[in-house]
Amino acid sequence: MFEALSTSVLQHYWWIIVSILAAGFVFLTFVQGGQTMIGQIAKNDSERSMLINSLGRRWDLTFTTLVTFGGAFFASFPLFYSTSFGGAYWVWILILFSFIIQAVSYEYRTKEGNFLGTKTFDIFLVLNGVLSTVLIGAAVGTFFTGSNFVIDRNLITESQAVSQWTTGTHGLEAIWATYNGYPSFIVNLSLGLAVLFLSRVLGGMYFMFSIDSKEIKQRVTKALKKCSVMFLVFFLLFVGLILTKQGFAVDPDTKIVSLEKFKYLHNLLQMPIVLIIFLVGVVLVLFGIFKGAFKGDDKAFWWTGAGSLLAVLALFLLAGFNNTSYYPSVADLQSSLTIENSSSSRFTLVTMGYVSLAVPFVVAYIWYAWRALTRKKIDKEDIENDSMSY
Amino acid sequence: MSEHLLTALVDWSRAQFALTAMYHWIFVPLTLGLSFIIAFMHTLYVRSGEEKWKETTKFWMKLFAVNFAIGVATGIILEFEFGTNWSNYSWFVGDIFGAPLAIEGIFAFFMESTFVAVMLFGWGRVNKKFHLWSTWLTAIGTNLSAIWILVANAWMQDPAGTVFNPETARNEMVSFASVVLSETAVNKFLHTITQAYLLGSFFVIGVASWYILKNRHILFAKRSILVASVFGLFASIMVAVTGDGSAYNVAKKQPMKLAAMEGLYNGGENVGLIAIGIAKKGDDAVGIKLPGILSFFATRDFNGYVPGINDLLYGDPDHDIPSTQDRMFSGKIAVDAFKNYKIAFDAGDTVAAAEYKQLLEDNYHNFGYAYFEDVEETVPPVALTFYSFHLMVMLGGYFIFIFAVILFLSLKDKFANKKLLLKLSVLNIFLAYLASQLGWIVAEVGRQPWTIQDILPVQAATSGLQASSVQITFFMFAAIFTALLIAELGIMFKMIKKGPNLNNEEA
Repeated sequence: MFEALSTSVLQHYWWIIVSILAAGFVFLTFVQGGQTMIGQIAKNDSERSMLINSLGRRWDLTFTTLVTFGGAFFASFPLFYSTSFGGAYWVWILILFSFIIQAVSYEYRTKEGNFLGTKTFDIFLVLNGVLSTVLIGAAVGTFFTGSNFVIDRNLITESQAVSQWTTGTHGLEAIWATYNGYPSFIVNLSLGLAVLFLSRVLGGMYFMFSIDSKEIKQRVTKALKKCSVMFLVFFLLFVGLILTKQGFAVDPDTKIVSLEKFKYLHNLLQMPIVLIIFLVGVVLVLFGIFKGAFKGDDKAFWWTGAGSLLAVLALFLLAGFNNTSYYPSVADLQSSLTIENSSSSRFTLVTMGYVSLAVPFVVAYIWYAWRALTRKKIDKEDIENDSMSY
Repeated sequence: MSEHLLTALVDWSRAQFALTAMYHWIFVPLTLGLSFIIAFMHTLYVRSGEEKWKETTKFWMKLFAVNFAIGVATGIILEFEFGTNWSNYSWFVGDIFGAPLAIEGIFAFFMESTFVAVMLFGWGRVNKKFHLWSTWLTAIGTNLSAIWILVANAWMQDPAGTVFNPETARNEMVSFASVVLSETAVNKFLHTITQAYLLGSFFVIGVASWYILKNRHILFAKRSILVASVFGLFASIMVAVTGDGSAYNVAKKQPMKLAAMEGLYNGGENVGLIAIGIAKKGDDAVGIKLPGILSFFATRDFNGYVPGINDLLYGDPDHDIPSTQDRMFSGKIAVDAFKNYKIAFDAGDTVAAAEYKQLLEDNYHNFGYAYFEDVEETVPPVALTFYSFHLMVMLGGYFIFIFAVILFLSLKDKFANKKLLLKLSVLNIFLAYLASQLGWIVAEVGRQPWTIQDILPVQAATSGLQASSVQITFFMFAAIFTALLIAELGIMFKMIKKGPNLNNEEA
């Protein structure tokens, strides 16, 4: 069936898959957001333990989604993988580092003999929560503002890197970069902070959803109000900026990349389906916030979660579709990556197309197992009686 | 980039990869092996309904969880490191190499992470059957992920199912089945996975033996030992069988690696295998030899021809072996043809382009040799490969013997009285880890200087980074992984000391 599709359709198909994984990841960063709220919400060890255990059964899902996102990006758009990871080295290394320290923290934090002490592991969780969300958000911000690299495929025979990053700070410049006087860093940072606060909103809602405690719920709803305001400020700033800024357009015939005013606004208007996905996403996020922060609804998590999935999906489609460069280079516009010039071969896209058919099946068993474990909310006794607790 | 700076970058990139891979590999084999042992025990519990099996299962599960977490932590860097530190590699072969990594994520990692949560937290929360299923699916998931990453590794050693496309300047996949089902991939998977079962078995036997030595939890320990020694004996025999298959395959695909493994400089027919010996610089290793055995392993014929390092470097026309000089020459023809193809193609000269393309295809199997100045650069570190290989094989033989002894004595219920053997069992845990790491040293050091056999050497595969950046991240990873390892061992030792939670059984 995939053989019948044109290469261009396959590239679009794979961009959708990558975008869905990215959207899934952002939704699942409720774990990271939750980690940054533990100190603020818990007033004693038993509450702290409930919060950590509710996240502790979920953290590896977020982690796995990130790893799969990386793998899928590698398989479908290898030139992005080599250019971005090898070039924006420090950003990705810091992100990875924050996940390394997260992966052991739940399991080790209260175990006897853990060498570094409970405090250290709890700090690790906060570090992961802040670093990973802000940096991944900022890294995705560069999809709209551009990075500094030059690509020359002939260098492979000269023992030199095909993708050369042109700044010594290797990616960290995303948080202070400007381009022709335009403050790109504000776009990058506003998305980074929007992701951080969205993850906190979702984290708080997840606590309400999964924990049976009036005290916790009360404090969460209070925190939710503040986080929601912060999220909205940064999110609206980001959306306002990208819809009014110039974007990186690709000429479909000559493949030449050039700057186009209001490119992302044009994309949104020229792709009504993306516009609808985006608007529905935003409305659901807001509806969830209203339900959670103001009505105290335990199920707000699902509204805002589904909304953020759709909104992120729309942002990725905005960056990659409609003859747009999704990973532009401001050092050399013609080195910019598009879903066409950075993709795998047709054969690999077709092969991986068949692999992608497994995704709904995977989602189904995750859903089933998730429900099996959360049929009942977590309470005090639950944690105390379970020898497997963190 | 100057020669000197490039060397430093390549060395630090290799050091970082070796560090992170070896750390990761401390934890993975135990995850792979223990997951099945736990699944057996959990099955025994569900079938018999006996509380003692439940507590036995739970105890090993707790240790599993501690080890699993650090395996995950050390694993994430390995996937992304291909991009961060080997970006040319990722671009040049990403069309093939990315696929197994993505499949690993979609098929294996989600399975592991979903069901490990049910396995650990399912007690009393989900029904018994679904819980048992989850334990099995965790074991299957961990082993599935091993398949895909080993397929990826095997492809680097034996780049099957691929062609070079000069238009895109990269290698592209033409047969998925050849990538997945290459002999190298199948052997590598079976050898690695059974070795992990062996290690998991030694771990269980070692910990249980310690309890017997301390006169604690005797029945629990005996139960655990019986399950593990059956699994371990089966695994250790399979390790030997698949090891033989791997060697045969290396002889075909990577003759230089085999020569280094045996310290063999001057090959020939009816070559003996060194049972115990000393590697020498520039000359054949000396020691006690088993006549004709190397020839047999490499060619399935006692009189078969096995090339040595010198034969591969300087050629052996009698056996159709080209010299490395010739291969370097051919490699340069391939590179020039590639460059000229692009010029002709861009100029629209299709006739010339077709000719260059043909020339490129004819010489592409030597493409990577174009990067060398000196034939000696194609020789891996011989002594390290030689000693790692021989020590690994010796340990492998010992493992079969010791599992047989333990199983025999356990069946007769006499193992618990053998003090010396119990102490040895504790030591065996360490030996199993040692053999496991040695195996990867043979596989990875022995294939230097190639990231992809004959196609791309390490010096052309790195990212465009400063050596100092990689140096910093090397020490970052060294520091955090060491700290986490100490934490892991600390927790493990405490848990083992505390022992299983047995209510009304033996103290």
